[in-house]
Amino acid sequence: MNELLWVLAKIGFMLLLILGLLPTMIWAERKGAAYMQDRIGPNRASIGGIFRLAGLVHPIADVLKLVFKEDIIPAGVNRFFYHVAPWLVMVVALSTFAVIPFGDKLYLGDLAINLQVADLNVGVLYILAMTSLSVYGVVLAGWASNNKYSFLASIRATSQMISYEINMGLAVLSLILATGTVRMGEMVHSQGELLFGFLPAWGVVIQPLGFIIFIVALFAEVNRNPFDLPEGESELVSGYHIEYSSLKFALFFMAEYANMIVGAAITATLFFGGWQVPWLTTDVLRSNAGPLLTGSVAIGVCLNLLFAAAAWRHYERFRGRLGDRRELEPMILAIIFLLMAAGSALFLALGKPWLITEAAAAHYATITQIGAFVLKTLFFAWLFIWVRWTLPRFRYDQLMHLGWKIMLPLALLNFFVTAAVVLVVNS
Amino acid sequence: MRGGEAFYLVEILKGMAITMRHLLSNMFDPQRMPTLEYPDQKPEYGPWLRGRHRLMKREDGSPRCVACQMCSTICPADCISIVSGEDDRADVEKAPESFDINLLRCVYCGFCVEACPCDAIRMDTGIFELAADNREAFKVDIDFLLNNTTDGVRR
Repeated sequence: MNELLWVLAKIGFMLLLILGLLPTMIWAERKGAAYMQDRIGPNRASIGGIFRLAGLVHPIADVLKLVFKEDIIPAGVNRFFYHVAPWLVMVVALSTFAVIPFGDKLYLGDLAINLQVADLNVGVLYILAMTSLSVYGVVLAGWASNNKYSFLASIRATSQMISYEINMGLAVLSLILATGTVRMGEMVHSQGELLFGFLPAWGVVIQPLGFIIFIVALFAEVNRNPFDLPEGESELVSGYHIEYSSLKFALFFMAEYANMIVGAAITATLFFGGWQVPWLTTDVLRSNAGPLLTGSVAIGVCLNLLFAAAAWRHYERFRGRLGDRRELEPMILAIIFLLMAAGSALFLALGKPWLITEAAAAHYATITQIGAFVLKTLFFAWLFIWVRWTLPRFRYDQLMHLGWKIMLPLALLNFFVTAAVVLVVNS
Repeated sequence: MRGGEAFYLVEILKGMAITMRHLLSNMFDPQRMPTLEYPDQKPEYGPWLRGRHRLMKREDGSPRCVACQMCSTICPADCISIVSGEDDRADVEKAPESFDINLLRCVYCGFCVEACPCDAIRMDTGIFELAADNREAFKVDIDFLLNNTTDGVRR
């Protein structure tokens, strides 16, 4: 019974993580794109006329708008598949997360909690299966919409998926050969070791070429620029979700970002050590929890003070420019940052974090590892956005050329070299 | 295609460096961006801007217009309609009884200003924000036009 509760708690945590990152991703996409193109980007929506949070309110407003819009079902659609497709995309994206570990084993008394929703013994293969399932939603949506553009988009999605799935599979296979396991938990554990005494044995260090092939194939799998041919605006209007409106469109829109987050989490787990903090193993984290916690809280105090000063400077500098309540926002933010700094300082003075108990040290280690995992995921999610606003879209024949004539031979080469090295080392 | 360019990686990294440079410099100095935050900041136009029309007054406050119909004749959009009437004053023969401009029809070409023989109509108010939520608001009459002022505020 207790274990079931813990599984539910872990599922809830994962869902909250993805659904919490979704609006952040949409915000980062819009604001990041704007700043890269020397624009200001979204900043109009506000809460109570005061809080604009640099555009972070916009995703909420967007989703609210989409939910309350009319749900149009065009004539001639295949109703069942038309309704199923957006949910399929979303559900597949969310369920891929089940096998991704986000922390080391946590011991509560005699209860060992594996911080992973499902520790499948075919972990990596499950991920490959689920990511290739995600194209089914796109294909069904394009086909069921009874629209030639979305149909073309789904054809493109299929062929793109087939071409790049092979490369992705070969890259992951090389990694499996190198680490000797397909369980996600064991893979992350083996990445906590050090190579030559100083280099973390991350997948990217063991398999640099494999990583490049994997990340390129991943971009193609989640349909992101430069491989977002299934939604090429210039020639396919908007690709497979032309005929969708309201909540169903919102689902497709959010599923794209959910897929990005999942892809980022997979990359972080397979190639960048998952929840491992480089050079700090779980034991090191637990035994040095006191000084580490004190140091991080002290850094937190300094950062909060810095943010407060920056917000206050912004308030002083731009006072009187807008002439309404929006001007108060940086001042209120400065006060909040100051309060947070004061709270952290109070915790430092009264909580005496350097005298941490052993049980609390274990929790501290787990929280640090979850933080490391989220940070790595965020970085790769940002990479998707960064690349999208840097590169133009591939032409279709270029896509096929890159997939079959460049990446496939490279992936095969990488696979055979890895196999040969593993054979030599093991014999 | 050379081998290095075929795999694109170096070129991609160069491009990413450019976008990141733009992002960071815009983040730390938002004033760099050329965007004008329109409803909060207004653009500054020169005095040659053809904004909303106004009718000039004589020293006694009556309109300068002598209802000669030249502006409504030259108007390519046919948006000015004047009803002329007699005036009792010794030095004035005619004066407009009504002077209506349909701003929805107006193309802001300024021909009426050029045509006017006594400098009675001008487009120098500097008002360029012409928006309303009903059509009637765009049909402006003589009282409105006489009280349109150059500082952009209707008194």
